[in-house]
Amino acid sequence: MSVSPPQQKIWWNEPVPKSELIWVIIAFIWGLIMFFAMVWWHIYGEQNLSNESYRITAEDFSAKTEAMVEKYKVREESGYPVVHPPPGEDIYLIARLWQWWPILELEKGQSYRLHLSSLDWMHGFSLQPVNINVQVHPDYEMVLTITPDSAGEFGIICNEYCGIGHHLMLGRMYVVDERGN
Amino acid sequence: MLEQYRICQTTGLRVFQSTENLIKANAVVAVIFLAIGGLFGLSIALTRWKAVHLLPADWFYLALTAHGLDVLVVWIVFFEIAVLYFASSVILGCRIATPRWAWAAFALMLIGALVTNVAVLMGNSSVMFTSYVPLKADPSFYVGIILFAVGTLIACFVFFGTLVIAKQEKTYEGSVPLVTFGATVAAIIAVFTLASGAIILIPTLLWSMGYISHIDTLMYRTVWWGFGHSSQQINVAAHISIWYLISAVVLGAKPLSEKVSRFAFLLYVLFLQLASAHHLLVDPGISSTWKVFNTSYAIYLAVLGSMIHGLTVPGQIEAAQRKKGYNNGMFEWLRKAPWGNPAFSGMFISLILFGFLGGISGVVMGVEQINLIIHNTIYVPGHFHATVVAGTTLAFMAVTYLLVPLIFRRALILPGWAKAQPYLFGLGVAGISVFMMGAGTLGVPRRHWDISQADAILPYDFPGAANLMMGLNGMSAILAALGGFMFIVVVVGSILFGKKIDASTEVPIAPPEDARVVGEYGNEDHPAIPGTIALVGVFFVSFILYYFVNWKYLAEVWPLR
Ligand code: HEM
Ligand SMILES: [Cu+2]
Ligand SMILES: [Cu+2]
Repeated sequence: MSVSPPQQKIWWNEPVPKSELIWVIIAFIWGLIMFFAMVWWHIYGEQNLSNESYRITAEDFSAKTEAMVEKYKVREESGYPVVHPPPGEDIYLIARLWQWWPILELEKGQSYRLHLSSLDWMHGFSLQPVNINVQVHPDYEMVLTITPDSAGEFGIICNEYCGIGHHLMLGRMYVVDERGN
Repeated sequence: MLEQYRICQTTGLRVFQSTENLIKANAVVAVIFLAIGGLFGLSIALTRWKAVHLLPADWFYLALTAHGLDVLVVWIVFFEIAVLYFASSVILGCRIATPRWAWAAFALMLIGALVTNVAVLMGNSSVMFTSYVPLKADPSFYVGIILFAVGTLIACFVFFGTLVIAKQEKTYEGSVPLVTFGATVAAIIAVFTLASGAIILIPTLLWSMGYISHIDTLMYRTVWWGFGHSSQQINVAAHISIWYLISAVVLGAKPLSEKVSRFAFLLYVLFLQLASAHHLLVDPGISSTWKVFNTSYAIYLAVLGSMIHGLTVPGQIEAAQRKKGYNNGMFEWLRKAPWGNPAFSGMFISLILFGFLGGISGVVMGVEQINLIIHNTIYVPGHFHATVVAGTTLAFMAVTYLLVPLIFRRALILPGWAKAQPYLFGLGVAGISVFMMGAGTLGVPRRHWDISQADAILPYDFPGAANLMMGLNGMSAILAALGGFMFIVVVVGSILFGKKIDASTEVPIAPPEDARVVGEYGNEDHPAIPGTIALVGVFFVSFILYYFVNWKYLAEVWPLR
């Protein structure tokens, strides 16, 4: 029994029952398949998190974001600037207690280099209903190339607990069919 | 020095007085914190049910912090210490090493738990049990956790000391029993884990007191999860040992192959230390190569360990039952299992839910890319309620039904309640796991007071199905809480008022039907286990399907590089 010492003192020489041996082999192969699936997806899959990131200070990140807003602001909504940068551009999104700033307006089917960083605590970038979730750290700038393939209004939720205003930390992103629509 | 011991009438095990007292103390404190933490759990589940929305925001975050700490840390670790003492001193029939140190460990852990709880209840430490910097808690919050960890470390060394004494005094022959082996694996992982905890929490304490000005958030998350995740493997090793323990005591089951089961445990020690990776899959500044290698525990070798136990545990039950003559068809052994014995039913439900819900979801969300659609959604708590509540907590509850007669020497009161409890609790927990996972798939965030976000400047509406899931989650939480409540009443009631069992009293719950005999014949002739193979087949097919379905979900998300 499992609560008494092995009956065969030299238990490591006992033969392994066949059913167990087969299962160990199957499970091992399945492990290999799952391992190489991740590698395979890096090569052929379309959704991979970038490895591009930099150290940055809050001041620098905020300055870069403000420069973008200055340049490409198209209107204002509930006190937030709405920014419509040209496709292919570097775009910036600030996470801070408790907002995502500014509102980005992108074009469907175009790619953008999205820079994410926090000016204070950790936050969680959660784009809904697409359901892309990325951890946002202060002092680190992460750059993802995104290609929106659906148009509409999207919510950005904070899903890393960041204090008492955490559930109020919502942002927005628009994806339009073509310029201006 | 000669120590007092008695021979247990039921099992023939030697139980030393000092061990018995230590196990009692640790188990009782564990159960009290389970009750407190469970109430917090119910209150947060009811808050997240939109129609009820029980707590105000500040209380919600406070309750969530307290819930995580009291159940995940205090309940589980105290109980694990009781299990370690049982697996060494009782199973090996050896006196416990340095009982004074064991009591010191107990005191430190208790003081630590109380200090941290007070800090949380004061309201200025609602930082969640992960206490990510730069969220700052009261210094006493970290002091409490550190004291608790030091106590745990001492208790682990008492366990190792007891193993050494047993070896020297030759209280057993040959190798240690499998259950003790599994517990040793748990204790070894615990030592590694606690070291990571100390490395990160001591600087954090100094920072909260103003002696250190800055802690890097990424470094914090990396080291903290070296502690936070690896400690989950302690739970896995502990509750799998308990599965083996219960099948041995209740059914007289014997491992199909000592070699395979021990090898599976060993895989945990060798490959689990890298586990912090799957918490960092969507963090910046870490390369994909590192993530892929580590999240898979080096080619899924630790997962392999769990998959092996998934065959060997039901397999040995089947073999034991067939020996008893339940040999008709594929499943007579399972149908005629002692389903009315809460130790057995709890153990088997724990096994099924842990494997099907917790295990599969855990592997899937740990895939580097799939994590993008799951990270920090409420899917994550859904997953770990299947592992650490349906798996670990239910297994611990099940073994408590054996400890009450064996260690506390009391018969169970309310046997009807005891019988129903594992089913009710299992159902409730399966519900909260599944519904939180479902809501998470729809993007609902974890640790979030109000997804209707009525007060936000830029509100976002979740689909109606998300609210439905959260409502069903609340209802399941009530079932789970009811099951938890019944457990507490039966256990505390039995300890206080149960009929005393003395030498002359008959055996408590189900007798371990001629356990020894079955043990003798064991597996020399390698009994066939077709039923188990069928179960494992169903498991494997579900695993594969669910795994690829999630790749499919991922493929529908915006392209991302
Ligand atoms: C009556 C039983 C229980 C219920 C109804 C329950 C319910 C919940 C709910 C609703 C959450 C919050 C999810 C969120 O908003 O992020 C949660 C979090 C959690 N639960 Fe439970 N739970 C129960 C028992 C347990 C047990 C026994 C354990 C551990 C052994 C546990 C461990 C945790 C942990 C670690 C968290 C995460 C806390 C955090 O995010 O900081 N729960 N639980
Ligand atoms: Cu935030
Ligand atoms: Cu937040």
